[in-house]
Amino acid sequence: MSDYTKLTPQPTPDTQPYWDGLNAHVLRLQRCADCAKVRHYPRPVCDACFSMRVEWIDASGRGRVHSWTTTHHPFHPGFRPDLPYTLLTVDLEEGVRMNAQLRNLDPADLRVGLPVRVDFEPATEGLTLPVFVPDR
Amino acid sequence: MSLQEVGAVTGVGETQYMRGTDRTPLSLQLEASLRAIDDAGLKPTDIDGVIPYGHGAVAEDFVTNFGIADLRFSATTPMGGASAVAAIQCAIAAIGAGICNHVLLSIGRTGYSGGRIGTRVQQMPQFRLIGEFEMPSGAIAPAQLYAVMARRHMELYGTTSRQFAEIAVSTRRHASLNPNATMRNPITIEDHQSSRVISDPLRLLDCSLESDGGAAVVISAADRARDLRHRPITVMGVAEGHPDSPSAITQRPDLTTLGLAKAAPKAFAMAGVTHSDIDVAEVYDCFTYIVLCQLEDLGFCKKGEGGGFVQDGAISLGGKMPVNTHGGLLSQAHMAGMNHIVELTRQLRGEAAAQVPDAEIGLVTGYGDMGDGSIAIMRR
Repeated sequence: MSDYTKLTPQPTPDTQPYWDGLNAHVLRLQRCADCAKVRHYPRPVCDACFSMRVEWIDASGRGRVHSWTTTHHPFHPGFRPDLPYTLLTVDLEEGVRMNAQLRNLDPADLRVGLPVRVDFEPATEGLTLPVFVPDR
Repeated sequence: MSLQEVGAVTGVGETQYMRGTDRTPLSLQLEASLRAIDDAGLKPTDIDGVIPYGHGAVAEDFVTNFGIADLRFSATTPMGGASAVAAIQCAIAAIGAGICNHVLLSIGRTGYSGGRIGTRVQQMPQFRLIGEFEMPSGAIAPAQLYAVMARRHMELYGTTSRQFAEIAVSTRRHASLNPNATMRNPITIEDHQSSRVISDPLRLLDCSLESDGGAAVVISAADRARDLRHRPITVMGVAEGHPDSPSAITQRPDLTTLGLAKAAPKAFAMAGVTHSDIDVAEVYDCFTYIVLCQLEDLGFCKKGEGGGFVQDGAISLGGKMPVNTHGGLLSQAHMAGMNHIVELTRQLRGEAAAQVPDAEIGLVTGYGDMGDGSIAIMRR
């Protein structure tokens, strides 16, 4: 799908399991293999114990709205057809946050603490993006 | 060694600010630099340290253009919009260490005519994490990333868009008094409320300008500053601060607290002054909300009370704490806060276009790269 004009990630060996997980419709998070602190976004060192030993866990995908914005201005031509779109910042059950677009809810109904869960949208070949939907 | 009163601003310079030019950023940066050096009463060859703003001129450009025979110090302070004020700390540290005597801080940019500022984040290495994990979902520009902070503040504390508007209106009023401001037509709260939504809750008039121009400042050793052209503006206290999760706002424990909250207490302690001593504040204003948040992080009011603090003309000339008396990034020009240092210097010299009567002590802040902060407190 060479007509995909949005920005695409360039995974590294440190982050590839996250993207592989999304393609398998699983939200994977890094966890320190020594002190078990979950961290996001993926990175080489645990900031609690400085261990570089990493394991990956399957997250529940459930969380609550922390904040949001609805974008009306075309900052990038690839996203112009989506305008307006709403970006959620979500507190995941595992104690970290993530950022993804909202689906299946009027942004006027958003509030802090609203339960949401992650869903998965194929974007282009080899790329699946997370989105959030209401967790009813 | 404390940096208290080790250095002083001795020269400031600006080009004409524009929205449209065929000049190069380097030419604008060097013109502003020559003006600042002349303002100090120095010759270009007297400059023995340079801290250029990132993505522009490099140390070699100053040696080449100014014929500096013995450049003793060069550095950059890569903190986005916090860079210019952080460079004051860097300059004074170098001066205090005895490395150099006159350090030139400068910026030149064609933010309007060249690469537009709003989308430049994509190319910046400090944004690698959001580049991989947020931009593919459409979170690309600072306006979007900061809108989430503003929304959180509104939800937690009841802050309103009309309170953001107070900042835009006051700043424009100051710009209307400044011959070197690019946006000088006064605006009203209603103009702000009817401006188009960029990324909710931020509207067009919450956002800073994209500008062409240059600005520069000379920082000199205090003992070399006394014999120069102007009364030196002494740096009493200076600090930089980096927020938790500096590379990804999403992961920051408290979205409503910036790196400035770590820097401000250090700078006030170094300066030995309190908030009631501050006569004027030039506060980095890439977006209206960022001003409100910094006023809290500076300690002028408690967290959550910034909306009330900025109401009813309190931050306008004649109010209890005049803020951004030059028109700021919102209405003068976006010179990444170098213009804020220029303005504070002029206020404390008593030569500003919108002068706070008898201003003796003031502060200037920087903010950038998703939350880095910097502050300098100065006196005449």
